[in-house]
Amino acid sequence: MKLTREWLKDHLKTNKTELQIIEKLNNIGLEVEKVEPVKNELSDFLIAKIIKAEKHPNADRLKLCHVDIGQNDLVKVVCGGPNAKDNLLTIYAPPGSVIPKNNMKLEISKIRGETSYGMLCSESELNISDESDGIIELNKKYKSQIGKSYFNESQDNVIELSITPNRPDCLGIRGIARDLSSAGFGKLTDNKIKKVKRNGKQNLKVKIQKSKNQACSMFGSCLIKNIKNQESPDWLKKRLLSLGLRPISAVVDITNYVMFDLNRPLHAYDADKINKEIIVRNSKKNEKFKALDNKDYNLDDGMCVISDHQGVLGLGGIIGGIRSGTELDTKNILLESAFFDPEITRKTAKKLDLNSDAKFRFERGIDPNSILIGLEKASAMIVEICGGQASNIDIQSTQQFKLKKINFDPKIVEKIVGLKTKLQDITKILGDLGFKVKKKGKILTIEVPSWRPDIHGDVDLVEEIIRIKGFNNIQSIEPEKKRIKPTLNFFQRNFHLAQRSVASKGYLESITWSFTDEKLNNIFKEKYQEAKIVNPISSDLNVLRSSLYPNLIHVLNKNIDRGFDDQSLFEIGPLFIGNKPGQQITVVCGIRKENLFDVYGIKKDLVQTLLELGINKKETTIDTNTPSYYHPGRSGSIITKKDNILLAYFGEIHPKVVDKVYGFEIFLENLVKFKSYNKKTKPTVTFSDYQKSERDFAFVVQKDLKAQELVEIIWNVDNSLIKNVKIFDVYQGDNIPSDKKSIALKVTIQSDFKTLNEKDLNDISQKIISNVEEKVEAKLRS
Amino acid sequence: MSDFEKLKNQLINKLTEAKNSKEVDLIRTEIFGKNGLINSEFKKLGSLSPDEKKNVASKINNAKQELTKLFNKKLSSLENFEIDERVKNEKDDVTLPEKDFRIGKIHPVSQVIDEISSIFSEIGFSVEEGPDIETEYYNFTALNTPENHPAKDMHDTFYLEENMKTLLRTHTSPVQVRTMLNGKPPFKIIAPGRTYRSDSDQTHTPMFHQLEGLHIDKNITMGHLKGCLNYFIKEFFELEKIKMRFRPSHFPFTEPSAEVDIGYRIENNKIIIGEGDKWLEILGCGMVHPNVLKNSKVDPNKFQGFAFGIGIDRLAMLKYGINDLRSFFESDYRWLNYYGFDPLDVPTNYRGLSK
Repeated sequence: MKLTREWLKDHLKTNKTELQIIEKLNNIGLEVEKVEPVKNELSDFLIAKIIKAEKHPNADRLKLCHVDIGQNDLVKVVCGGPNAKDNLLTIYAPPGSVIPKNNMKLEISKIRGETSYGMLCSESELNISDESDGIIELNKKYKSQIGKSYFNESQDNVIELSITPNRPDCLGIRGIARDLSSAGFGKLTDNKIKKVKRNGKQNLKVKIQKSKNQACSMFGSCLIKNIKNQESPDWLKKRLLSLGLRPISAVVDITNYVMFDLNRPLHAYDADKINKEIIVRNSKKNEKFKALDNKDYNLDDGMCVISDHQGVLGLGGIIGGIRSGTELDTKNILLESAFFDPEITRKTAKKLDLNSDAKFRFERGIDPNSILIGLEKASAMIVEICGGQASNIDIQSTQQFKLKKINFDPKIVEKIVGLKTKLQDITKILGDLGFKVKKKGKILTIEVPSWRPDIHGDVDLVEEIIRIKGFNNIQSIEPEKKRIKPTLNFFQRNFHLAQRSVASKGYLESITWSFTDEKLNNIFKEKYQEAKIVNPISSDLNVLRSSLYPNLIHVLNKNIDRGFDDQSLFEIGPLFIGNKPGQQITVVCGIRKENLFDVYGIKKDLVQTLLELGINKKETTIDTNTPSYYHPGRSGSIITKKDNILLAYFGEIHPKVVDKVYGFEIFLENLVKFKSYNKKTKPTVTFSDYQKSERDFAFVVQKDLKAQELVEIIWNVDNSLIKNVKIFDVYQGDNIPSDKKSIALKVTIQSDFKTLNEKDLNDISQKIISNVEEKVEAKLRS
Repeated sequence: MSDFEKLKNQLINKLTEAKNSKEVDLIRTEIFGKNGLINSEFKKLGSLSPDEKKNVASKINNAKQELTKLFNKKLSSLENFEIDERVKNEKDDVTLPEKDFRIGKIHPVSQVIDEISSIFSEIGFSVEEGPDIETEYYNFTALNTPENHPAKDMHDTFYLEENMKTLLRTHTSPVQVRTMLNGKPPFKIIAPGRTYRSDSDQTHTPMFHQLEGLHIDKNITMGHLKGCLNYFIKEFFELEKIKMRFRPSHFPFTEPSAEVDIGYRIENNKIIIGEGDKWLEILGCGMVHPNVLKNSKVDPNKFQGFAFGIGIDRLAMLKYGINDLRSFFESDYRWLNYYGFDPLDVPTNYRGLSK
């Protein structure tokens, strides 16, 4: 919504400055988005500088000028002024502007084979003087104003408001004036309307057809005969222009004017083009209609249309039709002022993807009691400007509009806002806003004005009172420093720790979209159900991600293109396993690309992270089953021994997906579940001070034996004496059969009770050898 | 002088003149070895009478002590000398570069979430979360936003079903309803998270981050709301004083509703927060609408309170001078390195928010 102070003064007697008004508007909830100078016909003429004036290649008297008009690029203008020269400051008229001297509209044109974008003006062309010998030469003080409008005389600015959807009443200047008035910014003037003589009945019949979901419950009309439609007078054109509207003809301009003035949408029909009578009804499926926007619409059933015997004339509350539109030669018009249901109107417009100023207003709720005043004001203006005779006003209605009443306990203001407010302040503010307040003991009965569809209950009234009183009057209360509950729960604490743990291993945290490209996602989807977005922002972001890899790999590749070959990135966030609330799991996913990196490197990052998260290596086992997007021979999963909970995957990403990239995924919910099952206080521990011995073994085993199995067997030989088992070499090659490999381990042996002697050590070593040889096909290497 | 004494003095001389640890090692065997001076002397004891035995034994022991002392002294002085000699020849160019290391970083959005959580922790808020996929009901209806209402136009929603019943949450406000349905008042929570709107241009991304706040108790008023947000803004920007204004606005789920602006000015192309005559909108808030309380099974006649919603990315941009919202989600290696935070730099109450 836009307004000017000048127009506002039609409704508000105020001596406040524009600046004060702007500040107040913000303070009462009518947010000022922009303030700019009012545009008029002369704002097009810009201060410009000729950077270079060359001779026109095909004409001796013309010059080809390269002109700086304050934009990035210079414009090319062909100029006949003999004084055009390099560095001259002058005035430029762009294509589309109208030259005041001859009312000629400029167009981009070719002059002797050279395209000219606009022109450079002489004083006479701009009606400044009779001087027409050359183009205007401005003095140096304009140098800093290149690109600005030369005729910027208007003092008035246009103030653009962002009106929240609950305030349809402020989509008209009068509503804004009322709010300002109640905030102490002047007196709301009476809505003065010139009286016109009305000759007899409106004799074009109007019928509202009763049907289910009929959006129209009231239809007011006025017939005006023998008018002379014409261009609007200057004052009217100026006002419309100031709000950025294009003047068309007096009839159309007046309907627009009343809409912006009173927030009362109107429509004018050429009465001669209406076939017999007006019928307001619901459309039938596939009814066709050409609207004023020159588009053909194919209607559904149940849309509110204004029709005659021939067919649809307009969509109620949304847009009129071409067939009955008014022209400059229209003689007789029918003015419509009606009420359309917000919800139904909105639905229809949404279905047809249609937007208009009227629809914008009706879907927010138009004052049903403004039908009469709208018709009175518009018909009076039309008769005044275009002549003719106006009929009496006819209002058909199928439903009586009742004013809402609210019982209001004034104490609630202090209870909600925390600000003591006097009863007389409350009644004054509400009264100024148009509410009717009656006292009934301690309770107020409040009648809501017809233009405030947003007021339903007492809290709405509280808002009215406090926004006018001013939020700055509310005393702020220091928050209490008391904690009832821990800030983070167990899961959140682990989330936080996992995030920082991975980052501390050299990974940069990324945040990527929760959606991704379906094609890429399919590689990682596995068994999960895909969640498609019905209306994606682009076709390559059309599904929710089933894994964090697709987007991470995408950004990794982009960074490789930027010249970073070695990278470690990670993300912690959701992946989706369906399209219902809660069908998501939290994953920490890291990827790493580096020269000479291998699966043991990524495993180290993962195992260290898990350890930092409180998962002891001894509680888990490694499985080689991994999803298909991992290299089948170079990947593993980490599973808890107890309950078989999957904690993580790691490995090389399948080379078909991406070349030499390693990654891991930690499933945070699983991890936290395991941790909370196994919440443990650390058992007391004694550290043995007796002699520690180390023995090395090398076993020749089957090539496909998993090292984990061997280590596990040794551990189990004697849990109390074996303190550590560490693999230090795996060898294949000379002296070893080709289907075998040699694994060398260092076993640490220590008792908590005594120093072990040679015999003890030999016994345990023998046990280790026999156990290993017995359980797997192994031989001690000699 | 006995033979023993002679031999002993000879060995002491030898020890004194020894030039390196190798020589000292040989002398050690001559003195303490199996057949060395001390042991051979002890062996002789067997042939002596008990009286003499006692006498000689004590002599040998004294000699042993003396020799041990001398020996250790010599050894350590020689070792020191040898280390000094070695160190003289060990010269590394310490201006050569250190070994490679990689420093990981925390994304500014994560860091700011931790900062915010830390601030609200101090005044008793705990952290809640909700699902990214929501139903029409939790995202709109329960929050007092009726179907076919223009208030919905403010949210360009991504839908997951043709019938528009499930969607990606357009704000974190559904967490309010979910939290209240799951517990009993009082409630004092914040809820950070990902939010989605199908909007993409210079200043909008289809995914962004919001933080919801909710405080419901018996007598929570707009005064508490003002105090809470004042406290938060000052702590967050780490400023003593900050210019702030509450401007009436409209959200279907709060009544009265307000937007909060903070003052700023531009100096040398840099934004200075907290002072100046320009206003910047940073959050929306208000008193929770009774209909929302009812939908959340909380009795609006007994309980009331406030809610607020803050754009996290926007706060991060302001605090850390990041110009382009879209860059947050591009994962440019240089950007992550430059704007990211050290993982050890954990915002805490006792240590302070930023390094």
